[in-house]
Amino acid sequence: MTRSIRLGADIGGTFTDIALEVGEQIFSTKILTNYTAPEQAILDGMDIVLAEAGLAYGDLQNVIHGTTLATNALIERRGAKVAFVTTEGFRDVIEMRTESRFDQYDLNLRLPAPLVPREDRFPIGGRIGADGAELAPLDEAALRALLPAIAANGYGAVAIGFIHSYLNSDHEGRARDILSASGLPISISSEVSPQMREYERFNTVCANAYVRPQMASYLDRLQARLKAQGATCPVFMIHSGGGLVSVETAAEFPVRLVESGPAGGAIFAADVARRFGLDKVVSYDMGGTTAKICLIEDYAPKTARSFEVARTTRFAKGSGMPISIPVIEMIEIGAGGGSLAWVDPMGRIQTGPESAASEPGPACYQRGGTRPAITDADLLLSKLDPDNFAGGAIRLSTANAAAAIAAHVGDRLSLSPQSAAFGICEVVDENMANAARVHAVENGKTISDNIMVAFGGAAPLHAARLCEKLGIDQCLVPPGAGVGSAIGFLKAPFGYEALASRIIALSSFDAGVFNALVDGLKASARGFVAQGTSGEILCESIAFMRYRGQGWEIPVPLPDRALTPADAGMIRDRFRLAYARFFGRAIDGLDGQGTGLEIEIVTLSVKAADQRPAPSRVTLTTGTRQHSAQDSRAVFDPATGTDLPTAIVARESLSTGDRVSGPAIIVERETSTVVTSPFDVVKQPDGSLLILRKGT
Amino acid sequence: MTDQTQEIRMQVMWNRLISVVEEQAMTLLRTAFSTSVREAGDLSAGVFDPQGRMLAQAVTGTPGHVNTMAEAVLHFIAEIGRETMYPGDTYVTNDPWKGTGHLHDITMVSPSFKGDTLVGFFACTAHVVDVGGRGFGADGKSVYEEGIQIPIMKFAERGVVNADLVRILRANVREANQVVGDFYSLAACNDVGHQRLIAMMEEIGLPNLDALGEFIFTRTRAATLDRIAALPRGAWVNTLLTDGYDQPVKLQATVETRDGSVNVDLTGTDGISRWGINVPIIYTKAYACYAMKCVVAPDIPNNWASLEPFTVTSPENILNAPFPAPVSLRHVFGHMVPDLVLGALAQALPGRILAEGAGALWNIHMSVKPTTPDGRRAEILMFNSGGMGARPQADGLSATAFPSGVMTMPIEATEHTGPVVIWRKELRPDSGGDGQYRGGLGQIIEIEPAKGHMMDFSAMFDRIGIAPRGRDGGQAGATGVAMLDDGTRLRPKGWQHVPEGRRLVLHLPGGGGYGDPDKRSPDARADDLSKGYVTK
Repeated sequence: MTRSIRLGADIGGTFTDIALEVGEQIFSTKILTNYTAPEQAILDGMDIVLAEAGLAYGDLQNVIHGTTLATNALIERRGAKVAFVTTEGFRDVIEMRTESRFDQYDLNLRLPAPLVPREDRFPIGGRIGADGAELAPLDEAALRALLPAIAANGYGAVAIGFIHSYLNSDHEGRARDILSASGLPISISSEVSPQMREYERFNTVCANAYVRPQMASYLDRLQARLKAQGATCPVFMIHSGGGLVSVETAAEFPVRLVESGPAGGAIFAADVARRFGLDKVVSYDMGGTTAKICLIEDYAPKTARSFEVARTTRFAKGSGMPISIPVIEMIEIGAGGGSLAWVDPMGRIQTGPESAASEPGPACYQRGGTRPAITDADLLLSKLDPDNFAGGAIRLSTANAAAAIAAHVGDRLSLSPQSAAFGICEVVDENMANAARVHAVENGKTISDNIMVAFGGAAPLHAARLCEKLGIDQCLVPPGAGVGSAIGFLKAPFGYEALASRIIALSSFDAGVFNALVDGLKASARGFVAQGTSGEILCESIAFMRYRGQGWEIPVPLPDRALTPADAGMIRDRFRLAYARFFGRAIDGLDGQGTGLEIEIVTLSVKAADQRPAPSRVTLTTGTRQHSAQDSRAVFDPATGTDLPTAIVARESLSTGDRVSGPAIIVERETSTVVTSPFDVVKQPDGSLLILRKGT
Repeated sequence: MTDQTQEIRMQVMWNRLISVVEEQAMTLLRTAFSTSVREAGDLSAGVFDPQGRMLAQAVTGTPGHVNTMAEAVLHFIAEIGRETMYPGDTYVTNDPWKGTGHLHDITMVSPSFKGDTLVGFFACTAHVVDVGGRGFGADGKSVYEEGIQIPIMKFAERGVVNADLVRILRANVREANQVVGDFYSLAACNDVGHQRLIAMMEEIGLPNLDALGEFIFTRTRAATLDRIAALPRGAWVNTLLTDGYDQPVKLQATVETRDGSVNVDLTGTDGISRWGINVPIIYTKAYACYAMKCVVAPDIPNNWASLEPFTVTSPENILNAPFPAPVSLRHVFGHMVPDLVLGALAQALPGRILAEGAGALWNIHMSVKPTTPDGRRAEILMFNSGGMGARPQADGLSATAFPSGVMTMPIEATEHTGPVVIWRKELRPDSGGDGQYRGGLGQIIEIEPAKGHMMDFSAMFDRIGIAPRGRDGGQAGATGVAMLDDGTRLRPKGWQHVPEGRRLVLHLPGGGGYGDPDKRSPDARADDLSKGYVTK
């Protein structure tokens, strides 16, 4: 069998990560992201790893790419000028949002401007009702009359969004036919995001149109450059739901590329879970600006149906815009190595979401930063080696870190710099722990049942303390953690999720109608997947359900077969079980009165994916021999609140099965793994570090 | 453990406590049946110490409950009595004067025991779909007509639900399954809070919340008092005219800054109304405190110590209506209280306070009935917002709720709830008051009962007769209009009819402008014209 030669490329906000997989071996590098020509950084990185592996572009079997370019275009508002054609009477849906304020107490609140300003929104007569029937015919004459205005005003793309189009897309399709005479790319909401809720759907179709010309041109350039270098392999894109799609699909639905980097991280963690056979994992990815936490059950991250991007104000929920597409469900908070620490009017230490970023960076980088960041606190608590940070590329100044922490936190609270640094770390760790707990509760899970997988530059410094706070007994720090997302791309299946909103009451369940709907979704999802793989495609159906009258739906997995009328009872039972897991107990018929509440399906989802070859299985070892460290120094231990003698061990000096007693710090080129006093650490057969609670 | 470490541990526990109440609120949001809770966040959740002092409150929720719960918990402690409180208990009331101002709001309080020791209470409040009586509207002559009254009692004792209460409730409300479902949701959300609190105390090895409470109260009190000390000393009076039910109603407030407190006195406000637009003082207080906190201490978390310095006094009047006054629509005037208080504060703090806005939400409760045998009945509630007042450095927010914290619902969801067609819901041009900064725009809504149906609706509108005023030379926002599409004018409050084939047309008020219109920049004026915010 020929060995596989595949390459993952992740363009992030600061770094472009490249991971080349040659059989079981990984070659990786990080290059600064090039904002004017993003493809250049990819080629620069590819040159490095290919040279290291002794391979040429022509040897590559495929390239898998994920990028924040679509996200950045939305954040920085550098997209196309879009003409938005919508139902008469609803010109301002994307501007009126939810008619609420995301901060109740800020009277000077600024709301983000709509992606398409009012002068570019064109209402057209015609109306579909809530049952999918036509209430008023489409005003085709008005659409034709729009063509000259669209031609005259320099638009780069057209978006179409009509009320109830997720039920009946006839008007949107017809409008696209008429407006195609404009020669512009046209996105319609019933294809981009066929979900109920007009604000979310309209905003999503506008976002798709907004980033489409830019992404199409970028993807063209990238393919041309790769070809010029001699690459003959196909390029696939990773999407927000964690699957792969063809470049053609990506160019047509570029909004699906938003958040693809974090999706890669979740897949990376899922692959670690599969490798070790761990059915309940919480992935913890902490980089420079944010921390991302994601629950992974049975080796697959869960997906949600919508999320918020481009938050404008301190990461506040509601200050961004909703995008309703399938996305790996995770929680992201403003807690990274660069997050700044400050003191609020109550004398409470606060961290983030403001970040020192790469310029000027934390105070200890000695690049002009004077405000303390998490990295400064980590350094002051001796978690980092000042002479060996990022492989010695950046020399860290402990004096600068101490001065910044004293000036902005310690002096204000009469705390020594070291106590203040402890406070900063405790607060950021607590914020992450709270986010993880809430995320677990929102998904009906218990966080302490999971094993943590920690990656990203800052995660290994904080993972053990986070485990203490969450009651988690074991945490894996895999090798290659620094480029986790790019490695994750290589593990992603070809996958696509198709969704449809349709309200179906279980009391009048029609199996024929239901099966036809699911079959349509299946065909659509399989169609996308078949573009990239000839392997076996598996489908998974999920119904999002609630008691009629509620506003929040919970996911209920359905069997992958045609249903019969008798299956209504099975669906009801599965719903009641899922409801009880989320909220304690099912509530229909609780008091023995009447038949109880109507249960309904609101949205159906079908995920299609091919099967990735399983990674070679590794068995967790809790250690075969005690490793006694040569070096030791005093490090502050959060659990005991005192300085303790702490072993300092180089990661490469450990052999498989070596167990080091905490407190200890395992140092390596890109980061350090901090093992607090309640834990020990064991080197695993695949090079991972397992942090585990003493006595287990 | 050193004092310094102890200090940091306290801070971390405070964070955790806030996370616990957020989780409590989130549980309620996701399980509630009532549209106003699930879609609009009309709820509140908090944790209290054994003396009934609020330690932390969820940010999720609406200001109407800012500190109504805080007083409610004291009533529960007094009436249930410590000696008959057991683990697994949950107490309930919808008493407007001991809860949050009208019968639709159910408040539940649960004691939290660690072993045999009472360590605190969890409380939550939510608006339920129905409480019987005349329904959600202004037409009741006394609270007796407005629905079932539940005095403070046990909903559950030692985990066993009071079956008699549930049976009485079922017999008295229109949507029995959903209302009972909401009662369980409320109880469940307190359970979640309790479990998380006990887990936190066990993890940290905390026997009780005394030290943590002291830490929280000391910090927030000091920060709040600092802010109050920075205010100018004096007393400032403001009056505000509102539509009322059938005649205008005058509201008046005197805001006075004192040593360590700010008081709002409502002397001069008109007397009690014959209609269900009266406000129990507990709800008036909530919105008066909210307005003061927005200006004085917006970043300080709500708890007993941060709210205590803000006080409200009033003789009996429409903002302090005693039992058994009808109070169903207490939110309309409650929502006017912030503009009333802010108008007084604007005199104390010139150049810092926004202009008046639409104020009250334009809620519509629609009761749809079939005109043919194959039609269906449905009860539909919609929340809609007019424009906010312009700010001293920015235009007002268009179609945005203030002071209420609620969200609107998607019209696609509303049309699934019942047989109505919403033909229009978009910004209302020319409705923002002119000024250096323009008031936020209102919106225009058109609703028709679906073919084969007619409907009655309960109007809960204000600012139809009297416009939101501009500030510092800014002009007034446009007044609202309620009518049928044939031009028939409708009343701002009370149940009214929309026949089949007719549309209900609502023009929501715009916000007042801020500053001299001559100072508005030409660019801003050109932008207003090109976007069609202004048409002339």
